[in-house]
Amino acid sequence: MGDENVNHSIQDLISKKFKKKRAGFSFERLVPILLFITALISVLTTIGIVLTLIFETITFFTRVSIVEFLTAKKWFPFSETHGSYGILPLVTGTLKVTGIAILVAVPIGIASAIYLSEYATEKTKKIIKPILEVLAGIPTIVYGYFALTFVTPILRNVMPGLEIFNALSPGIVIGIMIIPMIASLSEDAMSSVPNSIREGALGLGSTKFEVAFKVVLPSALSGIIASIVLAVSRAIGETMIVTVAGGSTPTLTWDVTRSIQTMTAYIVQVSQGDVGYGTTVYYSIYAVGMTLFLFTLIMNFIAQFVSRRFREEY
Amino acid sequence: MKLIDHSRVLNHMKPRVSFNIFFRSLFLLATLFGLLVLGILLYRIISQGLPYFNFQFLQNLPSRNPEQAGVYTALIGSIWLMAVVAPVSLILGVGTAIFLEEYAKKNAITTFIQINISNLAGVPSIVFGLLGLTVFVRAFALGSSVLAAGLTMSLLVLPVIIVASQEAIRSVPKELRHASYGLGATKWQTILRVVLPAAIPGILTGGILALSRAIGETAPLVVLGLPLFLAFLPRSVFDIFTVLPMQIFNWTSRPQEEFQALAAAGIMVLLILLLLLNTIAVLIRNRYQRRY
Repeated sequence: MGDENVNHSIQDLISKKFKKKRAGFSFERLVPILLFITALISVLTTIGIVLTLIFETITFFTRVSIVEFLTAKKWFPFSETHGSYGILPLVTGTLKVTGIAILVAVPIGIASAIYLSEYATEKTKKIIKPILEVLAGIPTIVYGYFALTFVTPILRNVMPGLEIFNALSPGIVIGIMIIPMIASLSEDAMSSVPNSIREGALGLGSTKFEVAFKVVLPSALSGIIASIVLAVSRAIGETMIVTVAGGSTPTLTWDVTRSIQTMTAYIVQVSQGDVGYGTTVYYSIYAVGMTLFLFTLIMNFIAQFVSRRFREEY
Repeated sequence: MKLIDHSRVLNHMKPRVSFNIFFRSLFLLATLFGLLVLGILLYRIISQGLPYFNFQFLQNLPSRNPEQAGVYTALIGSIWLMAVVAPVSLILGVGTAIFLEEYAKKNAITTFIQINISNLAGVPSIVFGLLGLTVFVRAFALGSSVLAAGLTMSLLVLPVIIVASQEAIRSVPKELRHASYGLGATKWQTILRVVLPAAIPGILTGGILALSRAIGETAPLVVLGLPLFLAFLPRSVFDIFTVLPMQIFNWTSRPQEEFQALAAAGIMVLLILLLLLNTIAVLIRNRYQRRY
């Protein structure tokens, strides 16, 4: 009898507990749905960016022909009668600055990566790496100030023909800005090359330099290339440095001493001015933004492709 | 009998060894270059900005007269911006990370969301400005308000928080979860009371990094139409406002020496703010980080 009573009461307790939990149960099912919605926000952001750019760019192309946009050699949007919308001068400006930045950042970044991964002791690495990463955390407007008030005057002392606004100074400063990116990502790639391979090469009598150049560098190549491509993408999208130090004259020339305008700087120039909503100039920033977006998207896909396709598995 | 002639080996090795030493110094120089530039940059800013950097500078409104100009409205504006970005981006970012790490099955949708996040991280910030201009400023008619800027910036820094939170959640060992399940806890109870508390240092560090990115960013805010010059404070999130980087941009683009010095002083304020945030991040990491 006693046993039955006890069983009964426990069953009661369990069913009571279950009833109480039922309210919590639906909550338990609601949570994943709520979390899924937050996860969808990031997807919606991408869709929002793509749709925004596509719709406003289409509006732009109803007023300016796509052929003119892609082939005309002049970017002169602020004239009512003689407006000319050829993206090439803006693309040239962006590519000039990016090219200079890469010329500065790739040798220095990879050399730093080799030093940190192959030569430096753990202790030195622990001190230097965070300091390098501070360089990456400095706001770009600060670099813009640095380019205009420090780098440009120095360059003008060396090269008297240099204009106040030019491609060289922001290019160099963007290069400095992306050094930590290349150094850090390449160093990660090199550090993940297993030590046994290094020891094999050292055992055959290689110097550290030979190990670094003939063994580690080729093994880590995919990671290094990916880091460079990501840095290129970053340089293409960089805005404030080129706005402050690059000028606002879009020109179709490879001369780096003259004032330029990049795609990003044009968007800033229009945003700052009193351009009315709905004018052709207003829609032009979306067309330029679309071009910029496509450039960086292709770069990001290349980086992902390279690091997946050519990765050496150990 | 000696099979190996030491002097010959050394002679043969010599160019290779000196090559090694030469390149080692070259690599070291390259590494030091970055540190040197950082030093010059900081020295330039402090030496130029120090004459203007005082308590009055923090309290004054922007002015055409450089002697009376200050960063008060911009500094308060930056704090308003943080107040919007921090909760919005944390809720969205941590929610996404929990979903991806704890609930999502390994299927095409999850992979797509993951790839999408890493691509979003590579989109130039100015393109986010175009999105914010179209969606928040125009379609939602928020204008160049704190809310419009805060939402745009939250989307911009979202990938940073998601990735950091995912790593933090992933590093919580399975044993903790199993122990919690073993005691009869439900999945959500386990996440809320076991996984999240264990992951919180990593999440907060990522959050602070994202926040420092948000207060240093200029380009998207220019596109949103924030004023470069504003002499009053916002009273609610629907009011127009300006932030420190915009004020610095305004001063930098003026040709007069005095304004360039003001820009340097403004940069000092911004860098001190960033330094404070990062110190907090380091403190949190050191105080709460546990290795399992």
